[in-house]
Amino acid sequence: MRVSVKKWFKNGDPWVWFNAGAVAISMVMVFGLLWLIASRGLVHFWAHDVMQAEVTAKNGDRYTIIGELVETVEVSADQLRDAGYSIPEDLEHLDRNLMKIGNRDISGTDFRWILARDFSNITYPEDIIVMERREWGNFYGYLNEVIENDQVVAEGDQAWPALQERLDRALDIYSQIHDIEKSDIGSINAGIERLRLQQRKLELEDRLTSQALADIEAERAALNAEYDGLQGRLIELYGLINRDKVRVQSMDGTQITVDLAKIVHAFQPNAMSIGDKIVFYIAKLYEFISDEPREANTEGGIFPAIFGTVLMVIIMSIIVTPFGVIAAVYLREYAHQGTMTRIIRIAVNNLAGVPSIVYGVFGLGFFIYFVGSGVDKAFFPEALPSPTFGTGGLLWASITLAILTLPVVIVATEEGLSRIPRSIREGSLALGATKAETLWRVILPMASPAMMTGVILAIARAAGEVAPLMLVGVVKLAPSLPLDGNYPYLHLDQKFMHLGFHIYDVGFQSPNVEAARPLVYATSFLLVAVIALLNLSAVAIRNRLREKYKALEM
Amino acid sequence: MSESPTQPTLDFNTPKLVRHRKNRKLKDKLASVSIGAGGISVIVAITLIFFYLLYEVAPLFTSAEAERVATYDVPEQAAGSTIFSGTEEQGEKAFRVTDQGEVVFFNTIDGSIDNLVSLPIPEGVEVSSVANADPASRKFVLGLSDGSALVLQHSYKITYPNDQRKIEPFIEYPFGEEAMQLAENGEPLKEISIALSDGALMVVAVTESNALVAKQFEQEEDFLSGEIRLVPEEVDLPQLDVAPKFIIAEPAMRFVFVGTNDGHIQVLDLNAKRENIVNGTIKVGDENTLIDDMTLLLGGASILVSDSQGSTSQWFMVRDENNKYRLENIRTFEAVGGKIAAADIEQRRKGFLIANTEGTIKFYNSTAHSTALTISADAAVKNLAIAPRANKLLVETTDGKMQWWLVDNEHPEISFSALWGKVWYEGYEEPDYIWQSSAANNDFEPKYSLSPLAFGTLKAAFYAMLVATPLAICGALYTAYFMSPGLRRKVKPSIELMEALPTVILGFLAGLFFAPFMEENLPGVFAVLIITPIFILLFGFIWSNLPSNIRRLVPDGWDPVLLIPVIIFGGWLAMALSPTLEVAFFNGDMRLWLTNEAGIDFDQRNALVVGAAMGFAVIPTIFSITEDAVFSVPKHLTQGSLALGATQWQTMTRVILPTASPGIFSAVMIGMGRAVGETMIVLMATGNTPIMDINIFEGMRTLSANIAVEMPESEVGSTHYRILFLAAFVLFLFTFVVNTFAEFVRQRLRNKYSVI
Repeated sequence: MRVSVKKWFKNGDPWVWFNAGAVAISMVMVFGLLWLIASRGLVHFWAHDVMQAEVTAKNGDRYTIIGELVETVEVSADQLRDAGYSIPEDLEHLDRNLMKIGNRDISGTDFRWILARDFSNITYPEDIIVMERREWGNFYGYLNEVIENDQVVAEGDQAWPALQERLDRALDIYSQIHDIEKSDIGSINAGIERLRLQQRKLELEDRLTSQALADIEAERAALNAEYDGLQGRLIELYGLINRDKVRVQSMDGTQITVDLAKIVHAFQPNAMSIGDKIVFYIAKLYEFISDEPREANTEGGIFPAIFGTVLMVIIMSIIVTPFGVIAAVYLREYAHQGTMTRIIRIAVNNLAGVPSIVYGVFGLGFFIYFVGSGVDKAFFPEALPSPTFGTGGLLWASITLAILTLPVVIVATEEGLSRIPRSIREGSLALGATKAETLWRVILPMASPAMMTGVILAIARAAGEVAPLMLVGVVKLAPSLPLDGNYPYLHLDQKFMHLGFHIYDVGFQSPNVEAARPLVYATSFLLVAVIALLNLSAVAIRNRLREKYKALEM
Repeated sequence: MSESPTQPTLDFNTPKLVRHRKNRKLKDKLASVSIGAGGISVIVAITLIFFYLLYEVAPLFTSAEAERVATYDVPEQAAGSTIFSGTEEQGEKAFRVTDQGEVVFFNTIDGSIDNLVSLPIPEGVEVSSVANADPASRKFVLGLSDGSALVLQHSYKITYPNDQRKIEPFIEYPFGEEAMQLAENGEPLKEISIALSDGALMVVAVTESNALVAKQFEQEEDFLSGEIRLVPEEVDLPQLDVAPKFIIAEPAMRFVFVGTNDGHIQVLDLNAKRENIVNGTIKVGDENTLIDDMTLLLGGASILVSDSQGSTSQWFMVRDENNKYRLENIRTFEAVGGKIAAADIEQRRKGFLIANTEGTIKFYNSTAHSTALTISADAAVKNLAIAPRANKLLVETTDGKMQWWLVDNEHPEISFSALWGKVWYEGYEEPDYIWQSSAANNDFEPKYSLSPLAFGTLKAAFYAMLVATPLAICGALYTAYFMSPGLRRKVKPSIELMEALPTVILGFLAGLFFAPFMEENLPGVFAVLIITPIFILLFGFIWSNLPSNIRRLVPDGWDPVLLIPVIIFGGWLAMALSPTLEVAFFNGDMRLWLTNEAGIDFDQRNALVVGAAMGFAVIPTIFSITEDAVFSVPKHLTQGSLALGATQWQTMTRVILPTASPGIFSAVMIGMGRAVGETMIVLMATGNTPIMDINIFEGMRTLSANIAVEMPESEVGSTHYRILFLAAFVLFLFTFVVNTFAEFVRQRLRNKYSVI
């Protein structure tokens, strides 16, 4: 069937196609975005092959480069000519490669842009090693010798197995040191701080008798003795871990010695099989979600951020669920259904549209500066002038987000309540049940999926919210988790880390954005995955609920 | 089975059942009371947000107050008449310097004498003039009747014997007890001024015979003893043809302002050559106006000139296009009236007080161009001293009394014009809208203009809506009306999933991925806008002309799926063409071309990036509500239209759109509410520079991002803190009102549908 252009335009088809195009563009945007985050975030953990090549510099010098190829972009020849490259006249644009060359301690930067045409003799030697270090980022180069107590114990082919064996040993000692420093010494410090506060409190209340003081001193002495014992053990472990070193050679021939204590991983990517790489990938992924961050959050894992987010969301749901449900039940079941209730309903609805930063401002002003400082004066005078609840913390962040998500829970619960047919209520009442019994035994169980939906949506919103949290207690690096083995175990006054804020902080406040970028993508992917999952489950529950009551209405 | 001989009796009133019923009733009552109380308290808690914000904002707009708490005789009247007075930081102690060269320290609350200090000046010499240095330094200079000058500092030693705070006032001589000789001929100094900076000191004075004298010293610290030595430097001032009446040296030691007897201000430029030393002579007021008083405002940039008409004006040096400085009358304040008797400046803010001989005292703020407070001392004022924290005021009247006032004037720098209008700030060439809330130095003039922030907010929202509205509305129209139900069930949730996407992720992608990407492929980004629609049209036309057996392979309402590869190809093509386009039209670098050829400034993180990212965040909101509105248009309307022979598109534009338009309107409103309040995207994808420029290639700072950036550092209860609360309150009100209005429109629509 032939359609003329004129007729095609006359019956309005082009506009329909444009509308279809808008849908298609939206879909491309959504899935393109998800794909972008996933592809960039998940690729980071793969052990990429490391390239060795010769590069001809602008002035004709040749040097060797070892590194991973990160990306290739096209640049216009004019820009390059301006930068001083000699480019043949007929070329309009050239490819430029971004190489991750690591070795920040030697070369100063982790990344370098090099024109693709300047590469020659590209090889992938199997004996190139990559070392992930606790400082200075990755190292790329060759292993020369393994040193123990300043004696070379292995070189050449023997060096690699010797390194692996000693690295395992060093990692084991490192984790012992970490345990002592973090948990044992941490709890001693917490104990000493608690004693200090106890003493100050007694002083303030004028009850500091010599007996009490002696008790406190005795406890303090015990803790100090324990501390000295741990300190001795630490010195011993440090002695053990510091005996092993490796001598490695970078691409420009510089030899450096690296302590094994400073190495997290050492691997030879070019020698790994696909199977090895998959195992390595899974190990890295696990490390990412279970480890603490290193190097100003640009390396390592994000466990504290995940933990902080989850804990905050849990506390928030404990607060928001009962209040949201009670308010919804009141509005739908108990309040007189008049104009006033309608106005309140619209107002509650619209609170969901109030910018989240406004809640943050409210939380900061009201909870922290007003309520928090009052609580400090009344209950924690011994800690003043350093604030306990008079500063941002887990509790205030949770409450602020609870208020922020309250409308979500109220609206969802109300919707669930309104979907329960009248006949069910009337049936229950007709059988002699009181209103409270009807509510408790009939209505609420039937509305529970709706409440669930509300809470899940609230959690999804809270998990992704950053702006208010920046004002009420999120920090870039918390010294300890808000839940640990030290009395009172759950530290509601403590500042915590959060996934969303982690993304903002590492992506925008970190000194080495280029190196941190893959990690930010990975964190984003995790956050998106969690939130998408929560939302999809909320949608699924809601749909099931609708089906259920459709049947009831018939 | 036989019937049992005894009928079972049903007794509902056994004590147990009665108790049970009572219990149930009680529980029911309890439940309804507690749910009622709980529900109402939750609702109250929510409204608390509104009232708390209001409570924090309100002090900005309450007017200042002052209360006289004590009146007593001038302490130690025998020591002479007061020529200068001041107070200590807390306002507990005050002092007065007399013309006899005595300093009387006294308690402010009752006038009891604390300490008497006789200054080390020769017998028979009187104090003839006085001038204050930068108030924070607590230094001032006395001009003596023998032509010399003495620099003093009032100091306070605070000790805590028996946990009681004790303040011991005393006088220090920062540059030695010996007076420096200014007038070599020993004539009295009738006017004096002192300028202090980190390493230098300058004293200028007018002698009895109207000669200008000056001394400048470099301070040198002795390496061994740490003692400060003054090394004199020669300053040569010209002799003026008109008699000087007032003299002021600015702290930068470049300009000296001389008020003359005939009502002119002469500006001397000490950096200029000897023959050009007079920078300019400017008349104050009309020809009959004379100068009654001249003071330097805090920070030393502005001078305040009170004239014989009773009005006070602010002047400072403004640099013109030729890089020349010229004294300008910046603003004139509400006249205090009568004859001006005394003036003092606030020590932490750009505020000052003027008193007249009738006893009226007015508090002004220069930035806000406002009169904060007017009080009456009931007698002619002789001397004024405001405490450093501007919360207490010492007034001496000519009838020999001292008055002690408590002043509550927390936020004088706020006025409607300071928040929203153009203000001529110190050091600027013209009045402008500026937001700059803090700086390193103490005497900084805070610039609290909300205009650039409100402008930035609307600019970001505008570009976001520009991106989001067409895509979301067109997409929703198709989804609701043309799309096959099966596809719709998948498309709608996926687009709504976008709404839950944390904005921090969108902001991160916008700032770190899209902004550099766009900078690299600027021509490509614009090419997408042209290529994609053309491709969609072309594909649509070709598809319509394909044989029907091919077209039938794809069911009706699946067109978007067909278009996805077309759009991806179009986007790819645009990006691939980008370098070629750049070479062909923009000399190889569009960014440079924009800056050099078109004269448009380009920031990497600009409104275009924000528009795209925030548009992305707003699309699902608008889409979802529009789709609902269109989908719930009663089916019989559209079927009727189609049955009458209208095409699908005609039905869409003539039947569906008019019916659903209120819904679409409210969708746009709610979307805009979201765009206005969005924080993370603008925080991450703009440079956060508070500029007022509609240019799509420049950034902005929005109200919400401003709160996020500045709130953690602002001091609780300060004006800055309250203005940030005001910004939050404005955002709250704006979104709340917009959303309520939209909701109202939707409710109306719903009622309309139920009628149809």
